[in-house]
Amino acid sequence: MKLVTGILILASSIAFSAKLGAQEIAPDTLIRNVSNEVLDIVRKDKDIQAGHTSKAIDLIESKVLPHFNFMRMTQLAVGKDWRQANSEQQKTLANEFHTLLVRTYSKALSEYRNEKITIKALTLKPEDTDARVRTEISQANSGKPIGLDYYMEKSASGWKVYDIEIGGVSLITNYRETFGSEIRRSGVDGLIKLLQSKNQSAEGATAKK
Amino acid sequence: MKPSSVVQTMLKIGSRRSVESVRGMLGAIGVALVLTGCATSGNPKDPIEGFNRAMFAINDGVDQAVIRPVAVGYDTVMPSPLKKGVTNFFGNIADLFIGVNNLLQGKVSNGVSDFGRVLVNSTVGLLGLIDVASDIGMEKHNEDFGQTFGRWGIDSGAYVVLPLLGPSTVRDTVGLIADSKTNPVPHIDDVSVRNSLLALSLIDKRASFLAADKVVEAAALDKYSYIRDAHLQRRRNLIFDGNPPRERDDSASTFDVDVGHDTTLAQHTDADLSIGEVATTAYK
Repeated sequence: MKLVTGILILASSIAFSAKLGAQEIAPDTLIRNVSNEVLDIVRKDKDIQAGHTSKAIDLIESKVLPHFNFMRMTQLAVGKDWRQANSEQQKTLANEFHTLLVRTYSKALSEYRNEKITIKALTLKPEDTDARVRTEISQANSGKPIGLDYYMEKSASGWKVYDIEIGGVSLITNYRETFGSEIRRSGVDGLIKLLQSKNQSAEGATAKK
Repeated sequence: MKPSSVVQTMLKIGSRRSVESVRGMLGAIGVALVLTGCATSGNPKDPIEGFNRAMFAINDGVDQAVIRPVAVGYDTVMPSPLKKGVTNFFGNIADLFIGVNNLLQGKVSNGVSDFGRVLVNSTVGLLGLIDVASDIGMEKHNEDFGQTFGRWGIDSGAYVVLPLLGPSTVRDTVGLIADSKTNPVPHIDDVSVRNSLLALSLIDKRASFLAADKVVEAAALDKYSYIRDAHLQRRRNLIFDGNPPRERDDSASTFDVDVGHDTTLAQHTDADLSIGEVATTAYK
C-alpha cells in the first residue's frame, strides 16, 4: 500500500514538474530556441534551400508544430462561423488548415537566405497568459527590417502560438473573408472541400517535381 | 458567362506575352466591366468587386508577361551592392515626402529626422546610394499621404484595384496623386531620364517581392481576396505605425477590440515589407 502511494506521489510529482518545466520556458526564449534550431538546419541543408518541399515540411512538423495550437488558429481564421461547424467538421477544418499552413511555411523557409533575425526581449508578468513575441528580420537589400510577431497563449503544455503577423498582416485572420464567403456560399462542408482541393493540387504539384 | 471564366479568359490573354495581348486586354476591360458588374460577394469593404477582380486579372497578366520576367532578370544580373544602391537611391527620394507626411501627422521629431536622413544620405551617402543615416541610427520610416489622411480620421473608402498600380482604396488613390506631386522624379523635364528612373524604381520594387510570390501562391485559396485582405490589414497597420488595435473575433459574434499587449515595445514594429505590401507594390 505504501509502495503504491509512493509510486503515485512520485508519478504525480514527475507530472507536475514536467508541467512546470514546460511552463518555465518563457515565450520569447521558446521562439528564440526554435528559430535558432530551425534556421541552423536550413542554413546547412542545400535541399531545403533548393525548394525541396517535403524535407522542409518534415522539419516544420517535427520542430515547429509542437508549439502551435492549430485548433485555436483555425477557430481564429474561421471567425464567427466557427460555431456553425460540428466538432467533426472543426477537426477536419483544423487538419486541412494545418496542411495549408505547413506548406506555406515550407515555401517561406526555402526562400530564407541568411537574413538576420532579432528577437525582442519580452517583459511578462507572472499572471500573464497571453503574449506577443516581436521579432525582426533584416534583409540584405532593404534598410528597413520586417516585423514578424508571434501571438502566444499559455497552456498546460507550455506556451503555444496561435497567430503570426508579418509586417502587420496576420497569416491567420487574413483567411477570414475568404472562409466566410465560402461558408455563406456553400456551407462548412463547402469550405472543407475548398481546402481539400487546394491541398491536393499543391500535393500534386510537389509530386511532379 | 460566369465571372470566373472571364477572369480565366483574361489570364489566358495575359499570358500570350505580346503587345497585341495588352491591347486585347484593354478592350477586355470594358467587356469585363459589363459582365462582372453583378459579381460581388457582398463584402462591404469591396463594393466594386466585379471590376476589381477584372482589373486584378489584367494586372496579373501584365505582371506575368512583362514586369515579373524583367524583375527576375534584374535580380539575377545585378550584383547585390548595386541593387542595394538603387533601393537606397529611391528610398532617399522617398524620405523627402515621408518627412512631409510625418510633419502633417504631427510627428515632428520623426519628420525632422527624415529630412536629416535626406541631408546625410544625399551628401555623405553619395546622392543617396548609401544609407549612411540608418547606419548611424536614424531610423527609416514608412509614410505617405494615404496614411496621413487615415491618421486624420478619413475612412479608407472602397477597395480599388488600379490599372498597373494594383491594390488601393479611394482614400489612398487620392493620397497617391498627392505623393506623386511631392516626388521629384515624375517632374524631371528630360523625358528619357524620367522614364528610365520610373521604370527602374518599378523594377527595383518588384524585384524585392519576388521571394514572396511563391509564398502567396502556396497560401492563397483565392489570390484576389488573399491579396486584398492582406493589403487592407497592412494599410491599417501602417496608419497605426505598427500598433493597430487588434481585432479579436474568435467565435464571438462581435468584434472584441483589444488594445496592444505591451505598449512599451510599441515603436519597433513598423516594418517595410509584407505580403500586404507585395500586393501594394507588385504592380507598381
